[in-house]
Amino acid sequence: MVNRIEVRGLGKAYHNRWLFRALDLTIADNSVLVVQGPNGAGKTTFLSIMCGLVAASSGGISIVLEGRQLSQGERRRQLGLVSPELKLYDGLSAVENLEFFSTVRGLPFSLPRARELLALVGLGTRGRDFVGNFSSGMKQRLKYATALWHHPHILVLDEPTSHLDEKGAQLVEQIIYEQRGRGIVVLATNEPREVKFGDQAIVLA
Amino acid sequence: MSWRSKSAAVCLKDLRLEFRMRYAYSALIMFAVTTLVAISFTLAGGLVEADIAASLLWVIFFFSAMTGVSRSFVQEEETGTSIGLKMAADPAPVFLGKFLFNAALLLSMAMLVVPLYLLLFNLAVVHVGGFLVTIFLGLVGLASAGTILSAIAAQSAVKGSLLTVLSLPILLPLLITATNATRTALYGGHLAGIMTDIAMLIFYNGTVLAASLLLFEYVWNE
Amino acid sequence: MTAIIAASFLYVPAIPGFGATGETARLIIYHVPTAWVAVLAYLMATVYSVGYLLTRDARRDRQAVANAELGTVFCLLATVTGAIWSRAAWGMYWNWDPRQTSIAVLLMIYAAYFVLRSSIGCADRRARLSAVYAILAFTTVPFLVFVVPRVFPSLHPNLGAGSERVSAMSPEVWVVFLASLVCFTVLYLWLQNIQVRLQDLQAKRLLRSVD
Repeated sequence: MVNRIEVRGLGKAYHNRWLFRALDLTIADNSVLVVQGPNGAGKTTFLSIMCGLVAASSGGISIVLEGRQLSQGERRRQLGLVSPELKLYDGLSAVENLEFFSTVRGLPFSLPRARELLALVGLGTRGRDFVGNFSSGMKQRLKYATALWHHPHILVLDEPTSHLDEKGAQLVEQIIYEQRGRGIVVLATNEPREVKFGDQAIVLA
Repeated sequence: MSWRSKSAAVCLKDLRLEFRMRYAYSALIMFAVTTLVAISFTLAGGLVEADIAASLLWVIFFFSAMTGVSRSFVQEEETGTSIGLKMAADPAPVFLGKFLFNAALLLSMAMLVVPLYLLLFNLAVVHVGGFLVTIFLGLVGLASAGTILSAIAAQSAVKGSLLTVLSLPILLPLLITATNATRTALYGGHLAGIMTDIAMLIFYNGTVLAASLLLFEYVWNE
Repeated sequence: MTAIIAASFLYVPAIPGFGATGETARLIIYHVPTAWVAVLAYLMATVYSVGYLLTRDARRDRQAVANAELGTVFCLLATVTGAIWSRAAWGMYWNWDPRQTSIAVLLMIYAAYFVLRSSIGCADRRARLSAVYAILAFTTVPFLVFVVPRVFPSLHPNLGAGSERVSAMSPEVWVVFLASLVCFTVLYLWLQNIQVRLQDLQAKRLLRSVD
């Protein structure tokens, strides 16, 4: 397979306690992996290791695109993360946030595209408002906009529908469905409605 | 797109946020001005000797820098925005952008503090060019070491106070040289002396910047 | 080592001109080697820090720490013996003479290194960040060597450039002095070796308790 994510012998220990150990699996292209487990089981940690934010204690996760393993810098290009721990800049407007993340990635920023993306996630009229004034649901929607801006091959979602109403949840389903067609989705959740999306599931305990 | 535009993006983002919230700048100015005034008051109009005046300035600059420079990384950690930044940005532009931001912060603080300092202590500058260049280089040096060290301190449990402990041994050569040059600039003396000091400052800044650039990715990435 | 200590008191004659009896000049046999080892230890700690960042091998971190710990001890000894010498030879304990300043800064670097380490809970992060600090601080040390002597007046005798005191050291003193230098270096290496092995064992015990 030309595009895939490989997890080999992955383990993480915190303060003399192993969170998980000897995790092995392969995530194929155009598929969704669901990571389940009780609170504290290590779902977020697993996702963080995949994003390169946390180092593994043993083993590793390699992301292979077009037959080549991605370096840390290339991972940034191909991963989009939505997570409760990821916060956006309250002091900037929605558009300014998008502009910043685009420029710092080295991608050209276009205002029309920004508006389009904001409209997609349901924030069409709120582009110029400061994120600090957003509700948690709106912030969550904006996170999707920033995660999708650079057309990443892999979408990593930690608790995808947190803070979202019914319409928001439907939006997320749509996003996951479309991303699955383009690339890979890895999501950590215990919500039954999201679990059913998974082509593959692992349970961390 | 090159490093330049990415670094500029980081710097401008911080400047924009700072302009709107003014957290760091206020703290910086407050600290520097209060210290200056306190010293002036307690001197009760007495004269300040040559040596002391110069070192006073740099002591104030050092501690002000500690207050002001730490914000750039600590704030990202505390507000949770560092994760988004790590996902989007390479280490080098982050360091350069924040360094430029901190340098701008310190220089703008100096524009207020230096005139006040000259006024309160009744000082006239003999070698104006040397004086200004020394202050510029000294503050740039404070910014460069301060940026990477605040990135380190931001990941510790203690954060703020740690920065001062870490910075002093590293910044001592800079502080000593800058004080020496300032002393000569304020009270006359051989211009050649200032030139050597300035050359030293340039070397020091270059070294610390280069080392910081190389080392920063180890601070930024796990 | 014992031979050195014994020799420094019995074999070496008193050097005239130092303090009341010239006895305190014997201190040079201890003072210079400890300062030398303090610097050497820091160099080694920096080398191991670079090694850690490149390999992420925890053993390198342990080696860096072991060197830093020993370096701190020797640095303290150097500072104290220096102050005693200073009092005996020039009348005051401390006066910011360039060498004194440099050794004080080295001590500050060591102290900052350990304060940093103690403020980080996670082992990997602790190793990584303290390695960065050690290396960064190391790059500024050469500047100290150049800056401080220019700016501060010196009371330190210079080894080399025709200092009377040096030539006043009789051959017996030289022999013991050089032997002491070698001896301290060996002592340091030996202690370092033990420290590292001790920490290796502790690390192994920790790993076993985790399984």
